[in-house]
Amino acid sequence: MLEKADQLFVLLQHWVMGLVPAAWQTATGIVLAVVAIIAVYPTLFALAVLLERKGLGRMQNRYGPNRVGPFGLFQPVADGIKSLTKEDVVPFRADTLVHFLAPLVLVVAVFMGFAVLPMGRNMVLVDMDASLLFVFAMGASTELSVFMAGWSSRNKYSLLGAMRAVAQMISYEVPLLLSSVVIVMMTGSLSLEKMVEAQNHYSYGLPHWYVFTPWGLAGFVMFVIAAMAETNRSPFDLPEGESEIIAGYFTEYSGFKFALFFLGEYVGMFGISGLGVTLFLGGWTAPFAFLTWVPSWIWFFGKVMLWICFFIWVRGTLPRLRQDQLMNFAWKFMLPMTLLNLLVAAMWRFMGEGWLRWAVCTAVVVGAYVLMGRTGMRRGQIGPRSYRYAE
Amino acid sequence: MLGEGILKGLAETAKNFAGSYVSKERLTTVQYPEERVAPIEASRVFPFLVYDGGDWQAGLRCVACQICEKECPPKCIYIEKSKDKKPDYVGKPQIYPARFDIDVSVCMSCQICVEVCPFEAIKMDTEFELATDDRFGGLLRSRDQLAKSNEYYHGIHPTEAAEVDARLAEEKAKVEAKAKAAAEAAAAKAAAEPATPAAKPAGGESK
Repeated sequence: MLEKADQLFVLLQHWVMGLVPAAWQTATGIVLAVVAIIAVYPTLFALAVLLERKGLGRMQNRYGPNRVGPFGLFQPVADGIKSLTKEDVVPFRADTLVHFLAPLVLVVAVFMGFAVLPMGRNMVLVDMDASLLFVFAMGASTELSVFMAGWSSRNKYSLLGAMRAVAQMISYEVPLLLSSVVIVMMTGSLSLEKMVEAQNHYSYGLPHWYVFTPWGLAGFVMFVIAAMAETNRSPFDLPEGESEIIAGYFTEYSGFKFALFFLGEYVGMFGISGLGVTLFLGGWTAPFAFLTWVPSWIWFFGKVMLWICFFIWVRGTLPRLRQDQLMNFAWKFMLPMTLLNLLVAAMWRFMGEGWLRWAVCTAVVVGAYVLMGRTGMRRGQIGPRSYRYAE
Repeated sequence: MLGEGILKGLAETAKNFAGSYVSKERLTTVQYPEERVAPIEASRVFPFLVYDGGDWQAGLRCVACQICEKECPPKCIYIEKSKDKKPDYVGKPQIYPARFDIDVSVCMSCQICVEVCPFEAIKMDTEFELATDDRFGGLLRSRDQLAKSNEYYHGIHPTEAAEVDARLAEEKAKVEAKAKAAAEAAAAKAAAEPATPAAKPAGGESK
């Protein structure tokens, strides 16, 4: 019974596949999986938007939306209807074709990443050997759509936002990649499936997730920060920067195209948190050995939603960075730390079992963090700073 | 240490988040259509016309002098004088506004009409729910919608209304004393010169 619950969606897919002639079975299976992905993530997007609005409200001691339906639960429906019925305005001098294509390219690129993400036991659409590479390739191509949107709008704010977005995404792609390279080093594979398998064993009832190692924790923290910057989340929301450049690259978008950008942004967030969960938090594996009977997909989506909640929490806490702070942080702190983390992971690999590698690796990671934080703060490159004219 | 401030900030927002579910004092939001706060005495939104007594048409203080119409910066007051006259609060016959309209969509709540009115006839209201689905007729508030009793005025701005009443009573007393003195003088004059008819001042007063 529990086995069936775990494999519920796989069995469902196989059952539908059994209904069609043999020649059509493979195609049917793929279409079913794609439809499932395209149905599930926008639903989660609606949920996440509601969660974000309510959560941010509570953090600011407000109620948040509570008018549409019981406890404001139908707010996403109202938002959806609103954006669908709004007029689609295209600027007179805009590059119409590129302006039209940009949101589509974004949505397609962010959804492509889910093709290789294992969302449960046996629940992966394409079992690719280099799936990590594929996810990063797809993640990087969202930059193109952002720049398309900014350039084609023929608006100074859009262009500024697009420039900021591209600069930020390229800068943070480096630490994002380098922080996940440690996982590749440890598992010896680029396949996300294999990475989950490598973390799916327990000792003393606790899982062997990579986040519970010194290099894994360091990599995890770096990954979270870089993921926030990649998805343009606060405090790295300079490309949007409502108070500075209105909405950045999607200033000139309205109606459904705006909704597509919004959707793309959130689905991209799900994608990157799904990747982070797979790399560091054991993917669909249970957090304790005695909880392995709970269906694997519940763990995966639960972890992703927890990650999203953390993003919301951070958004409710931190103010926006300035462009030079952003760049300083990426190149003068994140990059050296991730490079050092590669070294630490290598040390861990070649020091063998025992407490010594724990002590040495922890000491190196913590020491480097403290040292770099201190020097960076003393030089005023990172950390809090005083503003001569603002205070 | 680096990151210390971020952790402190995260703890603060977490405290807010959890606290908003526990303590009601944290949530200062007034859920407007169901809950309301009493209007603040000094608040002002839109002008209204004060009337004394029970009948608004008889008791309207406005004498259609059109000072407010001329002083109004966005020119949102429209007044038409009446042809006939009616007695005001001291009993002196005055013309009254046959038409008195204020455009809600134009009024900027500056209170200049109130400052310039020599008859204490126009005052600021605290009612703010003036939205309407009829953007032509509904936004132009006419005389009968604008007229509100002196009791209402006492209800929304008690101190100001008390001052106004005191001032009006003083003025009325002064006018009455003056009339009395004039009547006495006239009577004395009439007594001194019995040849002239005594009905003359009385006739002038009634006209």
